[in-house]
Amino acid sequence: MRWVRKISLRFHSLLHKDAVERDLDEELRFHIERQSAENIAAGMAPAEARRAAQIEFGGTESFKEDCREARKVNHIQEFSRDIRFGLRMLRKNPGFTAVAVLTLALGIGACTAIFSAVNPILFEPLPYPHADRILMIWDRSDGGARGSVTFGTYRELVKRAANFDSIAVMKSWQPTSSGARTPQRLNGQNVSSTYFRVLGVSPALGRDFQASDDIPNGPKVAILSNGLWKRQFGSDPTVIGRQITLTEDASFLRGNDDTYLVIGVMPAGFEDVLAPTAEIWSPLQYDWAVSTSESREWGHHLHMVGRLRSNSTLNQGRQELDLIANMQVPAYPRPPWASLKLGFIVDSLQDDVTRGVKPALLSILGAVMLVLLIACVNVTNLLLARGSQRRGEFAVRTALGAERPRLIRQLLTESLLLAAFGGVLGIAVAVIAVRALVALAPAGLPRASAIGLDGWVLAFTIGLTALIGVLAGVIPAVHASRNSPHSGLQEGSRRTAGGHQWTRGILVVAEIALALILLVGAGLLLRSLARLFSVAPGFDASDLLTMQVQESGHGYIKDSVRWRFFAEAQDAVHRIPGVTAAAFTSILPLTSDREEYGAQFEKDKPGSGQDVFLYGVTPGYFELMGIPLQRGRFLDAHDTTGSPVAVVINASFAKRMFANGDPIGQRLKLGPQKGWDTIVGVVGDVRQESLAADVPDAVYINTTQWEWGDTVLSLVVRGHADVALLAPAIKQAIWSVDKDQPIVRVSTMSELLAASAAERHFVFVLFEAFGIVALTLAAIGIYGVLSGSVTERLREIGVRMALGATPTRILALILRQGMTLTAIGAVLGLMGAALASQALITLLFGITPLDPVTYFGVIALMLIVSAIACWVPAWRAARVDPAITLRAE
Amino acid sequence: MSKPTDLVQGTLDLLILKTMAAEPMHGWAIAQRIRNVSKNILQVNQGALYPALHRLEQQGWITAVWGESENNRRAKYYSLTKDGKKYLQREEKNWDRLSKAIGVVLRTV
Repeated sequence: MRWVRKISLRFHSLLHKDAVERDLDEELRFHIERQSAENIAAGMAPAEARRAAQIEFGGTESFKEDCREARKVNHIQEFSRDIRFGLRMLRKNPGFTAVAVLTLALGIGACTAIFSAVNPILFEPLPYPHADRILMIWDRSDGGARGSVTFGTYRELVKRAANFDSIAVMKSWQPTSSGARTPQRLNGQNVSSTYFRVLGVSPALGRDFQASDDIPNGPKVAILSNGLWKRQFGSDPTVIGRQITLTEDASFLRGNDDTYLVIGVMPAGFEDVLAPTAEIWSPLQYDWAVSTSESREWGHHLHMVGRLRSNSTLNQGRQELDLIANMQVPAYPRPPWASLKLGFIVDSLQDDVTRGVKPALLSILGAVMLVLLIACVNVTNLLLARGSQRRGEFAVRTALGAERPRLIRQLLTESLLLAAFGGVLGIAVAVIAVRALVALAPAGLPRASAIGLDGWVLAFTIGLTALIGVLAGVIPAVHASRNSPHSGLQEGSRRTAGGHQWTRGILVVAEIALALILLVGAGLLLRSLARLFSVAPGFDASDLLTMQVQESGHGYIKDSVRWRFFAEAQDAVHRIPGVTAAAFTSILPLTSDREEYGAQFEKDKPGSGQDVFLYGVTPGYFELMGIPLQRGRFLDAHDTTGSPVAVVINASFAKRMFANGDPIGQRLKLGPQKGWDTIVGVVGDVRQESLAADVPDAVYINTTQWEWGDTVLSLVVRGHADVALLAPAIKQAIWSVDKDQPIVRVSTMSELLAASAAERHFVFVLFEAFGIVALTLAAIGIYGVLSGSVTERLREIGVRMALGATPTRILALILRQGMTLTAIGAVLGLMGAALASQALITLLFGITPLDPVTYFGVIALMLIVSAIACWVPAWRAARVDPAITLRAE
Repeated sequence: MSKPTDLVQGTLDLLILKTMAAEPMHGWAIAQRIRNVSKNILQVNQGALYPALHRLEQQGWITAVWGESENNRRAKYYSLTKDGKKYLQREEKNWDRLSKAIGVVLRTV
C-alpha cells in the first residue's frame, strides 16, 4: 500500500506543480502568522512580532527548495532539461540524427515484425484454456514417422487411458454447400463428439456435440464457425435449429441424406489450430462396435488429440499410452496393421503444430537479432565519432563544474532519445513489414491468423528500444566523459588518433563478423534452393494446368454415373483448342494431397504389408505427365469395371520389393480390397510431397477399378504456351457437362513447384534482405572509421608526404588499415558462421552447413564491398597536399 | 546548503513522528510541542521542520490533510499512516537500544 501512496504522491507533485507550490506557500505562511500571533500574545508590537517570527523560521526560499527536493520533483525537472538539451543537439546535427534514427528504425522494425510472427507461433500458449494439457497422439509408423491413427485404436484408448480427461479424433471434411447460387466448397472436419471438449472451447450459440450425435447413422448435425455464420447467415441467431443443405464428398459412405441441422456456432475468437481453415464441423459417426477389420474403423486416417487430467503430466500420459500399446487385452483385438507394436508419438499440441516451422522461425529470429546488433554497433560507432567531435564541448562543461555522472546521464539521454525516435519509426516499419511477412509466409505456417502487432509485441519493442538506447550509448558516454578537460581544451584543433579509434576498430570488426554470419546463412539457403530446383520432379512440369474438380449431388451416387461425368468432362476439356491432353488423378504431385493404403503382396505371408501412396488415375495420365515407362505397359481404357484389376507401381517400390525379380504379373491387395490386383507396369518415380521429400512407394490404379475412390479428382491439362489462360475455357467445358460441380485450386504446375519450396524460399528471402542490410551497415561502418581516421591523421599524412611518401604508398597505408579490420572480422565471422549455420541444417538441401562454395563466395563479396568502402577515404588521403595540411596548423 | 547528518535527521524524524502519534497536528504545533515537552532543551529549527515533514509524507509514513486551525485558519494537518505507526514502533525500539548502548559505553569506558 505504501508504494501506491508514494507513487500517486509523486505524480500529484509532478502534475499539479502549481497547486503543490501554492500549498507549500500557504503552509509556511500559516506557520509564520501563527508564530506572530503567539508573539503578539506575549506582548510584542505587530510589526516586531512578525519580524521575530520570520527570523525564528529562517530562510523561507531555501526551505522551500528543500521541500521540493524532498518531493523528488527536481530529478524530474533535471531529466526534462536533459531531454530538451538532447533534442537541441540532435536537431543541430540533422544528418547524423537521420542516419542513426533510420538505422535503428530498420533494426527495431525488422525485429518487431519478426517477433510479432514468432511470438504467437512459438512462445504464446495456444488460445485454449490450459493449452499445455492438450496432447497430439500419433501412431509410430515404420521408420519412426508420425502416422494417422485408426478408430479402433481411439476406441481402445478412450476406454483404457486413465490420465486423459477426454480424447478426440478427427479427419478433414469438405462438403459442398449447394444452397447458394454457385456451389461452394467448405473446409471442415468430421470430429468425435469430444473434440471441442478436448480443446476446452464451447459454442457461443447453441450446443456442443454430444455422445448421442456421434453414432453410425446418427442425426445429421453441424456446428458453424463464426466466420461462416456471419458470411452465409448474416449473424442471424435463429440459425440454430435451421436445416442447411450440404453435399458430402463421400456420399456413398453416408447415404444420400444431405440436410444438416445447425446446432451451434463457435465463438468469434475461436481458432482451430488443427485445421486452420475449418469452418464447419459435424460428428464422425463411426461404429463403436468396430466389427470387422475391413471396415473404415480400422483405416489409418484419423488424427487424435487428448486432454490430460489436471493432475497428470505429459510424461505420465506418454508412459500410460506406451503401456497400453505394449499390453494388448482380449477385449480390444487389433488387426496386424494397427498392432501398436511401435507405440505412440506424443507431444503437446503446440510442439506438434509448430514442429515443422520451429527451426525456420528460430533461425529467422536469430538472423534479425544479428541485424539489430549490427544496427546497434553502427549507431554506437556514429556516437563515438560524434563524441570525438564534441570533445571541446565536454571539456568546457567539465571545466565549468559538470560532474562525470551528470555528463554520462546527458549522453545516455541523447542515445535514449535516438532509440526512442528509432523505436517509433520502427513500429511504423514493423506495421508494413508484418503485412509483407504475412503475404510472403508459406501456406503451411500455423497460426498465421494470430500474427500482428499486439500488446506483447509493443511491450517487446519498448523494452528493446530502451535496451538499445543504453547499449548504444554507454560506451560513447563513458568514452566522452573520460577525457580530462585539460587535454580536451588543449587539443582543440590538433587531433591524434586516440583510444576511441581502437574502440571503433573493434566495433567495425564485430560488424563485419556479424554481417558475414548472416551472408553465409543467406548463401547456404540460396545454394540449397538452387539444388532443390535442380531436382527432377519425375515428370514434365512445364505447360501444365491443374485444378480440383468435385462431383457431387444425388445423381452421382452410383459409381457408373460418377465415372461417366469424369470421362465426359475429360473429353470436353480435350476438345478445347490449345489443349493437347487432359486426365484426372486422385492425388496431385507436389501438393499435400495424400491417400495411403496398406499394400499386401500375394507372395508375402498374410498380415504383412506396408503403406503406399495410391493414385487413382484416368487413362492417359502417364503419357500426359511425361512419366516414363520402365517395364510392362501403362494403364489404359481397357482396365475398367468388369475386367481384371491392373495396377502400375513406381520404380523405387519395384526395386525395394523385387530387387532381383520381375514385378510384372505379381499380385497385391490394397487396403479394403477383397480380390487381387495384377502389376502390369513399372513407371518412373515422381516427387509427391515436395522436391525435398523422399519418393514414396506408389501404386497407380484406374479410377474405374477402385471402388473406394474419392469424388474429388484433380484435373491435369497440358497445353501449348500459356496454359493459365486456358482456365476459363476449361471451367466452361466442365460446367457444360454439369453446371453444379465446384472447381477449386486452379494453378499451374510451376506454381505448385514454387509452393512446394515455399518455406525455404521464405527463409531465404528474409536472410537475403537481412544480409544486404548487414553488408550495407558494415560497409558504412568501415567507411566511417576510415574517413574519421584519415581526417585525424591529415597532419601525419602531410608530414609523410613532405618526407617523400608517394600517393600510392599513402593509398596502400589507408587501404591496409581498412583491410586489416576486414580480415580480422572475416576470420571471426567465419568461425561464427561455421557454428551458427548448424542451426540452419534442417533447411539446407543437398549441401553441408560448411559448403565451401558458399564460404568462398561470401568472403569474396565481403572483401570487394569493404575494398570499395576503404577506397574512398584512402583516395582522399592520397590526394592530400602536404603544403596545405601543414600550413593549416 | 548543508544537510543534517544522518543521526540528526533520523532523530528529528523520530521526534516528529512521536509528537504527532496522539493526534493530527500542523507544523507549528509540532515544533511548539517538541520545545515544550523537552522543556526548551530541544529547539527545533522551525524552517527545517518542513522539509522533514515533506520527506516523511513522500516516504508514506505520514499523510496530510487541510483543516481548520485553533484560530480558525486553514492549516495543513499531518497524521501517522498505518505504516508510519509500525515504523515509529520500530524506530523507538532502535532508539532505546542505541541510547542504552551509548549509556553503557559512557559509564564503563
